[in-house]
Parts: sequence; structure tokens; C-alpha cells
Amino acid sequence: MSAVEHRFGRYGGQYVPETLMPALAELEEAWVQASTDGAFREELDRLLRDYAGRPTPMYLAARLSEAAGHQVYLKREDLLHTGAHKLNNALGQCLLARRMGKSRVIAETGAGQHGVATATACALLGLDCLVYMGTEDMRRQRPNVERMELLGATVAPVEAGARTLKEAVSEAIRDWVGNVEDTHYVIGSSVGPAPYPTLVRDLQRVIGEEARTQLLEREGRLPGRVVACVGGGSNAIGMFTAFLDDPEVELVGVEAGGDGLDSGRHGAPLAAGGRAGVLHGSLSAIMQDEEGQIVEAHSVSAGLDYPGSGPEHAHLRDSGRARYVAVSDDAAIEAFRRTARLEGIIPALEPAHALAWVLEAGEGDLDLVCLSGRGDKDLAEVVARGV
Amino acid sequence: MTGAERIAAAFAGSGKRAALMPYLMGGFPDLDGSRAIGEACAAAGADMLELGVPFSDPLADGPVIQAAGNAALRAGATLDGVLEVCRDLAPLVPVVVMCYANLVFARGAGRFAASLAGAGACGLIVPDLPHEEAPEVGEACDGLGVALVPLVAPTTPEDRLAVIGAGARGFLYTVSVTGTTGEREEIAGGLREVVGRAAAHTDVPVAVGFGISTPRDAGLVADAGADGVIVGSRLVRIAAESEDPAAAVGAAVAELGEGLR
Repeated sequence: MSAVEHRFGRYGGQYVPETLMPALAELEEAWVQASTDGAFREELDRLLRDYAGRPTPMYLAARLSEAAGHQVYLKREDLLHTGAHKLNNALGQCLLARRMGKSRVIAETGAGQHGVATATACALLGLDCLVYMGTEDMRRQRPNVERMELLGATVAPVEAGARTLKEAVSEAIRDWVGNVEDTHYVIGSSVGPAPYPTLVRDLQRVIGEEARTQLLEREGRLPGRVVACVGGGSNAIGMFTAFLDDPEVELVGVEAGGDGLDSGRHGAPLAAGGRAGVLHGSLSAIMQDEEGQIVEAHSVSAGLDYPGSGPEHAHLRDSGRARYVAVSDDAAIEAFRRTARLEGIIPALEPAHALAWVLEAGEGDLDLVCLSGRGDKDLAEVVARGV
Repeated sequence: MTGAERIAAAFAGSGKRAALMPYLMGGFPDLDGSRAIGEACAAAGADMLELGVPFSDPLADGPVIQAAGNAALRAGATLDGVLEVCRDLAPLVPVVVMCYANLVFARGAGRFAASLAGAGACGLIVPDLPHEEAPEVGEACDGLGVALVPLVAPTTPEDRLAVIGAGARGFLYTVSVTGTTGEREEIAGGLREVVGRAAAHTDVPVAVGFGISTPRDAGLVADAGADGVIVGSRLVRIAAESEDPAAAVGAAVAELGEGLR
């Protein structure tokens, strides 16, 4: 029996080349040991508090609430060091890499936030860092490329396919196949072969646990809905996990609707409800054609521009515990602008999808939204479309 | 004769120090082109063929095979198209199909295995289906006389090798390097150990692939005690670079065969 879940319902598993199987077993064992080792936990908690800035605030967004017609609380992961929730996972995994004696760290990045978080953790811990990034994402998230390089990481451009997140993950996995002895792959979302979906969830669940406590202190009640954007789904699973056993709390994952679900140009495998399939090492909801070839995703948001999803989300969807919806590029950009004007907060385009859904949802009493990152990286992309 | 029996006969009857198994990408440069390459390989003395099905996201493959797969998909290759090529080649030489897991699951393990059997394939290699995830596909293949060939790597520990080797059908695909497919300057060191470790844990033949390119490499693999040699990226690169891919690949396969005399 394994100490870490390999399956969520029928989803998950380890669909990787044999070369990686021993490394996955090693990672799983290291994580089981580390997570029960008081000294490891203490160091991680100390870094999260003193270095990264946890706990992050939870903020009642008064003017946004007025626009939505009900109370909207924002969990401010945008105020975490490096500007997104990604650092929770990167710090934990880089500490784990050091503990395993791996001197080299690789990562993939879409929006660049996970790459920046990993480069930051590697600078802090003295690890070599190489980040794979599609050249289309390097173009639209230029400031994050510059940040990674300043932090001492090497950014490896990926030219394959649509030159976005999917290809960056594939290239990182290939690198790992060739360098598995001395390298740890810091995957950035709750995707990939076991134990990654569990490992990433366990490192991100602090978001929801803090928010739950903060809301109970502030309002003496639980939220009506917890809303988070879903690409691979790490900020969403980090939020949802704390509320899974509160059946009265509705869990809503917001995917990238792109040009609309009907157009086929989107990044919403969960909401679109296609056949399950294997992408990047696990069985989950994915975007694929009749034959099983993976279809390219499309989203204005580089972090949601991904044709796969975390296996635990696929299970939460099938079990009915969470529901998954899609918001179009245009609606996300509109929410990006409105949040800036109403609250003086520039959200990343990824959580702007969650905000757009809340603004459009109409009914509702108290929504808790994960503001998973800040939007500075997206300014050029949005401004190019006209403020 | 089952697929496993036909594979066993090919290893036993190669007449060389080790059996030669060229890899070709189905549908590259197009379906007819890949059929011609397969025929040329058979005529040049290939003992078996590994026929790749192109996939959008091949995690175990280096740049050359990735590019060929993408080109095949752009040229309109489909699974059924590649299986047509398999059907045409199977009377000439035993064919083992290499296909990523999602294409198998998209059709369903049972239907997929039936499609292979219908196309005369002897075996199936799924590079992203490790032992733990393989039972469903393995049972479907067993029921239809198709050998599900497992892979082992230099990183595979001894106890795991024993489990994989004991359940192997057809042959044990032994990866020579810690890495993806592709040509390398130097063949991996420690070949004799890699082959010996694999052979100690299985009753089926041991074939070595990944990073084996030249006739000299092939000879070294045979020297190390392997029963078979798999050459992929170099042949796919030759097919990509040549005006007459079938003739060029056939000539390279003949040279590889010489290296195994």
C-alpha cells in the first residue's frame, strides 16, 4: 500500500517512461518522510512566514461586492512574495530537492509565475535552476523571463507545437528522463504522475486552510461558494481541500473559455466534459481528438492555456463535489479592468477568470475567491487590446 | 503461430550475432513512403520491424522522432492508416507496433488489441505504460496473441527488473541510456552490465535500443550479449534527409546487418 494517493477515483496514475518510475518512488518516499519530519515542516513554515509573507490577507472587496450583488472576499495570494500562489509549492519542492541531495532543479512555466517562484526558491537555497518556457509565452510574459534570468535561472525556449505550456511540460519531462539521477523536476501544478498531484495539493492547501480560519474569525460562517481559476488546478485544489468536508460550501472551478466552448478554441477540458485521457503522466480530463491526439488549448491567459487538468479535479467533477465552468477571454479581460478600477487591484489574467464568473453569477451570498496572482505580467497583453 | 512465437522465431533464426530491428515512423514521410521504407528494411535483412504510431506528445522521444511524428500527423497519418501499413508489411517481416498510451486508451484496450491482431502485428510497445499501469492492456493483448513488450531502463532496480522480466512477452526492450531516443556521440558505457542484468531476470530475448546508431554500435551491443538491436533515430533522420528514403534507409539497414555478422 502506498502512503500517497495514486488515484482519485479512476483518475491519476503514473503513465511515464520506465526510466522515471524509480525517481517517482524516491520522490514519494522522500515526501512521506519529510511531511512527518518536524524539522522539515518547521523550516518550510518559517520560510512561508518570514520570507514569503504568509498568512496572506483575506479582504472583503466592498466595491466588487456591490457590483456582484453579494459579498465577495478575496484571498490575497497576489500579495505573496513573487506575486502568486506558486511560491508555496516551489519552496516546498525545492526544500525537498535539497533534502534528496538533488543539486539541479528543472521546471516548466506558462505564465512565468511558477518559473519565477522556482527560480526564487533555487536562489534562496543555492540550487541550479533551468526553466522550460514556450516561446509564445516568453513573448507575452516578457517581464517574468527577465525576472527569472535576474534570479540566476536559465530559461530554455521551447519551439515545439503551439510554443506554450503543454510543450514546456513535455520538454521538462524529457529533460528529467535524461538527468533523473541529479535532477528534481518541480512541477508547477496539481498535474503529472503520482505523487505530484498529491504533493502539490499538500503544499498548496495552506491557502484554503488559512482562508477558512480567517473567514470564520471575521464572519463567523463559511462561504457559500469557493471560486478559483483552474489551468492544471493548483490554486483551486489548494482552496477546495479545506472545504471538501463542508457539504454546504459549493466549490466552483473556472476554466479558460477562450473564444467559447463551442469554438473548440479554449482551455476547459473539465467544463467541456470530453473523454478521459493520458497527458503528462496521468489520466484525467483532457482535450483530445477522436484518435487520442492531444488538441492545442487556447486562452488569453498563459497560465490557463493548457489542454489537461489535475486528476483530483476530474474526480471532484465526476463525484459532483465541485463544478467546473468556463469564462471567455473577453469576459476575463473585462473583469481584469473592472477589478483594477473598483478595487485598485490589478489581478493576473488567470484569477480574472474567477472574478468574471463571480461578477456574472448574479445570485449568491458570500463568495470566497482565490486571487491567485497579480497582473503586472499581463499589462502589455491587455494594453495591446486597448485599455 | 502467436505473435510471441513469431517474434521468438525471428530472434532464433536471424543468422546474425543479434537480431536486427529497425524502427520506422508510420506515416513518415507519408503512408506510402513509410510502407516503402518498411519493405526496404525487410529486403535489406531486418529480422523484425518496430513501427511507430505518431503521437502529438511523445515523452520518450528525442527531437528526430518527435519531428517525424509531427510531420506524419501533418501529412494526415491516422492509427488506422499506420495499421494498414502494418498489414502490408506483416507478411514480409514480424512487426511490433510502438504506440503511446493515450492512443491505446482512446480506442479502448480491447478494441486496440483487436485492431493490432487484425493488422497482423506480433507485438506492442507502449513507452509510457509502466508495469503498474499495464494489466488491462496486457490481458487484452494476451487474449489475441499479441505480445505486450515491456521496457526496462538503467535506472530500474533489481527487484523491479525481476517483476517486469517475469511478465515480459516477446522480448525485453532494454533501454541502453538514461534518456530519450536519439543518436549519441558515444554508445552508453556499461552495456554488458545492462544486458546481463536484463537477461538474468527474464526468459525472453533481450533487445537493446535508444542511442544505438552505427554498425559499430550494433556490433558492440551484440558483443555485450544482447539478443537483438533496435535502431531508430538514425534511420528516421536518414529518411528525413534523403531524396529516396526507402533506398537510403535500406542501405543503412544492410550496413547495420553487416555489423552483426
